[in-house]
Amino acid sequence: MSTISETPTGIPTGTFVADTVHSTVTFEVPYAVATFRGEVPQFEAELVDGRLNGAARIASISVKEENLEAHLLSPEFFDADRFPVVSFAGDLERLDDDRVKVEGEITIKGVTKPATLEGTIVGPAVDHFGKTRVGLRLSTVFDRTEFGINWNMPLPTGEPALADDVTLTAELTLVASEA
Amino acid sequence: MKVLAISGSLRRGSDNTALLRALAEETPDGVEVELWDGLRSIPPYDADDDVSPGPEEVEALRRLVRESDAVFFATPEYNSSVPGALKNALDWASRPLATNAFRSKPVAVVGASAGAFGAVWAAAELRKVLAAMGARVTDVELTVGHAGEKFDEQGNLIDDEVRLTLREGLETLLAEATPVAAAA
Repeated sequence: MSTISETPTGIPTGTFVADTVHSTVTFEVPYAVATFRGEVPQFEAELVDGRLNGAARIASISVKEENLEAHLLSPEFFDADRFPVVSFAGDLERLDDDRVKVEGEITIKGVTKPATLEGTIVGPAVDHFGKTRVGLRLSTVFDRTEFGINWNMPLPTGEPALADDVTLTAELTLVASEA
Repeated sequence: MKVLAISGSLRRGSDNTALLRALAEETPDGVEVELWDGLRSIPPYDADDDVSPGPEEVEALRRLVRESDAVFFATPEYNSSVPGALKNALDWASRPLATNAFRSKPVAVVGASAGAFGAVWAAAELRKVLAAMGARVTDVELTVGHAGEKFDEQGNLIDDEVRLTLREGLETLLAEATPVAAAA
């Protein structure tokens, strides 16, 4: 194993690529009386000298009902035909101990806005196959209406059924690339 | 490029159908407008009959929508809403919901009525229904009030302002139907 060096912000240098089998990108949003969750299983992410890049293919969105998936892909929601990718890029910074943040930009439905992901880092650590891995659990909250996702339905009280604030979470296992 | 024109009215002298005939006169080169005449033949929606393939007339409508690059609706207003026959046809067309022929299809909705408001509520409800089906609902807005004054006795559109707005609406719809490079 080579020695791991760090960026000035305490992040391992070198290139780490997401092992997508052991990583997930999920979203959750309050809906009526509970929280609705879904996953975007097709994505890629890499960490290069502290710079994190991620892109998720929105057509792969997975919820528990195919008609609802179709609705999420339609122009009323993500408009996946025109905007097939949700992406994020930013610089990872260690705050203290295992807490990290990533200040960057997120692009949803063709709209790019500043966003800060916050969470934790585990590692780098060597796995049972001798590979060096870094674990990141990051999340951010975005207002979907700022990205042109405005669908709603009123409850009998007149309140909207679907909240505007959506929590996006990426739990990433990143593996060091062979030099 | 092919635009399917669907009138929500079955009436022989319908202002909405006349509006769509006028639309066909405004097509630029390379664009064909086909006025659908199958509304009357669509059976009442019955989930028991909602099998694959569906009734012949329904399959014909679905095929026509799939073959078209965009769909232009003109609807009258019955009791502040979409005429039942049109809603029924869309209920059939929307099945199965996840893969229905209208999914991502650019659509425009206009309306004409004898009253002052030009079917504005029916048009709004029709846009809502189409969005729920997954269509790409464009911003085209044209409500033709006092419609009887806008056509001559043969049903020809004689109002230049309405004709201009109709042409602009078609241009907006065609722009949405033109393939664009997907954004990253």
